[in-house]
Amino acid sequence: MKKIDVKKHVLVPKHVKLSEKEKEEVLRQYNARFEDFPRILKKDAALQGINVKYGDLIKIVRKSPTARETVFYRVVVLS
Amino acid sequence: MILTLLRYTCRDCSRILLPTARIEQYCDRLKRLGKDKGPDVMRKKLKDIITASKSSGKCPHCKAKQKKIMLEKPSTFFEDDKRISPIEIRSRFEKLNDGDIELFGLNPAAVRPEWMILTVLPIPPVTMRPSITLETGERSEDDLTHKLGDIVRINQRLFENINAGAPEIIVEDLWDLLQYHITTFFDNDVAQLPPARHRSGQPLKTLSERIKSKEGRIRHNLTGKRTNFSARTVISPDPMLGLSEVGVPDIMAMKLTVPERVTEWNINYLKEFVRKGPKSYPGANYVVRPDGKKKKLTDDTVEASVEELQPGYIVERHLMDGDIAMFNRQPSLHRMSMMCHSVRVLPCKTLRLNPAVCFPYNADFDGDEMNLHIPQTEEARAEAELLTLVGTQMISPRYGLSVIGCIQDAISGNYILSRNDFSMSKSEAIDLLASVGVIDVSKLPKKDTVSGKEIFSVLLPDDFSFSGRSRSREEPDVVIKSGRLVSGVMDKNNLGEGSGLLLRNLHKKYGRQFALDVLGKMFKLGIAVLMKRGFTTALSDTDLPQEAKLQIQGVFQRAEQDVTELVAQYNSGRLDILPGRTLRETLELKILEVLNKARDETGKIVAMNVESYSHTVVMAISGARGTPLNLAQMAGCVGQQALRGKRIENGYNGRTLSCFRRDDLSPEARGFIKSSFKSGLKPAEFFFQSVVGRDALMDTALRTPKSGYLYRRLANALQDLKVEYDETVRDSGGRIVQFVYGEDGIDVSKSEGGVLNIKRVVSEVLEK
Repeated sequence: MKKIDVKKHVLVPKHVKLSEKEKEEVLRQYNARFEDFPRILKKDAALQGINVKYGDLIKIVRKSPTARETVFYRVVVLS
Repeated sequence: MILTLLRYTCRDCSRILLPTARIEQYCDRLKRLGKDKGPDVMRKKLKDIITASKSSGKCPHCKAKQKKIMLEKPSTFFEDDKRISPIEIRSRFEKLNDGDIELFGLNPAAVRPEWMILTVLPIPPVTMRPSITLETGERSEDDLTHKLGDIVRINQRLFENINAGAPEIIVEDLWDLLQYHITTFFDNDVAQLPPARHRSGQPLKTLSERIKSKEGRIRHNLTGKRTNFSARTVISPDPMLGLSEVGVPDIMAMKLTVPERVTEWNINYLKEFVRKGPKSYPGANYVVRPDGKKKKLTDDTVEASVEELQPGYIVERHLMDGDIAMFNRQPSLHRMSMMCHSVRVLPCKTLRLNPAVCFPYNADFDGDEMNLHIPQTEEARAEAELLTLVGTQMISPRYGLSVIGCIQDAISGNYILSRNDFSMSKSEAIDLLASVGVIDVSKLPKKDTVSGKEIFSVLLPDDFSFSGRSRSREEPDVVIKSGRLVSGVMDKNNLGEGSGLLLRNLHKKYGRQFALDVLGKMFKLGIAVLMKRGFTTALSDTDLPQEAKLQIQGVFQRAEQDVTELVAQYNSGRLDILPGRTLRETLELKILEVLNKARDETGKIVAMNVESYSHTVVMAISGARGTPLNLAQMAGCVGQQALRGKRIENGYNGRTLSCFRRDDLSPEARGFIKSSFKSGLKPAEFFFQSVVGRDALMDTALRTPKSGYLYRRLANALQDLKVEYDETVRDSGGRIVQFVYGEDGIDVSKSEGGVLNIKRVVSEVLEK
């Protein structure tokens, strides 16, 4: 069967892994521990092909009906 | 919990079934998990770790062989196939060490696991289980007492049997029975046990039932209570009341009281109330002395109380005009379901409210009842007024538009008034405006006849400009320039609740009190116009000229021919099948299409031929009530009755009613109603309408409780989410839910319909 790359689907927003420095920046901006962030599974389909590990911060840029484009962050968890 | 502890600790040395090295390895992670997600998650994780590292059923500390432990619910434990007695379990728990207990999510400083096994049964005091003496002198004991009686009886029998050296089976049976009674003493609906019953067969109400669920202590008596200083009756409309007023029946006002403290300055004023006593209005019901003694006023005590009254006393006087009251209608889904009104004491026996505030309460007058609460302290009154006065609730936090607006007649009236063909003499106009409470009529032009638009403009402030759209096709653009309505008609789009920006802009520019005032005046003006002009719906509104009737007949004939043709195609197999459908479904879809087209066409014919400014049409196009479709149903034809998106199919074998032939696919045999409501329905047609009507009724009746529960769950889940100062939405634990509230950070209640009008903000700044 043909393999489908979900990341290319129109409904899958862009997922970007943040560097350690950027991550610190975001954590400071929201004055929050990374446990307080929403989570994403390491085995999430949108993260396949990106090299991520536990505790990495993923930046997701979505289309939004109210704000055109919106930034969301998720922290990678194993399970 | 007991099971977990038994399973994952050694049966000999009572250590946790993990090698010391592993314990250290996981200890921190588990504790952090416990702090983050609660002890349940932590325990589950611990189980996983132990199961993963189980070394062939041997204790890593003392190498003793472990046996399999099973729980036979609710309260019997087996080790392999042998029963373990509670005594045995307790003694094992006693040996557990503190460090291990912590890993199981228990705090050893506060609790020991062996406490989970009772050695003595605490007996609640009689105040918790009072006995009732019936009129016959018979005493009836509380359910708990009965249960305790059972326990004591069985315990005694067990004691005697053990002492008498009875065989083991009997002792064991009694033991189990005692366990059963003790279990049901705490919880009478344990899944595996039959509930303990009265002799009459009704289940006993034991401890857990007292606390649990809606009728339990928590939801019934602690979170919600019955309250004093409140009232409830049927509501009815009174358009002459202000928007933030509530009409209170005089008999109610004489029962509800407001406490007022006597001072040097108001003593004479309050003495008057006391003198009037409880039976004449406005009087007082109670006098409270400074030492807190409350005295009821009766005809005999009135005189003495008047004499006694001095500063420091509190008089509980009757409710009067201008007092503050909270008004509420269930279900309170909104914050607008509970608003503060000022009291107007009126004759008769219903609570009255302005029909314009029906919408936020979702009230109508078909027998609805509402509640009234009278705040008793100065603080409560201030809080109610500042936070929940009708004006403060005007703009909905859901969509940022006014939730109160003109309804029904008020919309029709304003529509007629603002239409271009409306004019009246100036003196009549002044009369009209005076009747709604507008005294300053200097804005009217100095002419003998004035137009409706000019009359309406009097209500608007001079520096108000607005542009919007109306529903009308003739004057779609509403333009207000410096307080004058230049073009456009006033209809539901501008005046109605939850639509249009006119009210929103008035509120934004001039504040809530002003917006509310103007709205009230508009409302009254609309009604006054109708009263002056006369407004009714007549049978003749649905009259059609002869040629229109013929046209409609023609439409039906063509539709019928089309359907017969389709059926013929179907029967002969010539019908083209639509993709993804069966032949039959294709036919049904095509027929439905034809019939709907026929209905729409009749609708059009009706719309074209009916008198264009008849009152029924006015109501439909102004949005006050009814739609053009309703009119078409009255004058033209009712149309196809659809049941779950299909034509009506069920009833007899292959037909809907016994008066049709089997497999008759013609429109009239499948629920098409050719008649209009005016001409009257044929028996079969009436039946079809009833079928669909009943279905719709059942549907709403079944859906309401379901959606209510859904809403309750949603509200409970979301209730402590909060927008922090950095615009993130977080829960009570500081966990982030949204990074920017609503993804755009807009406070909807401060926006205009959910968007910010940047253009206006800029132009307003530039003007300054």
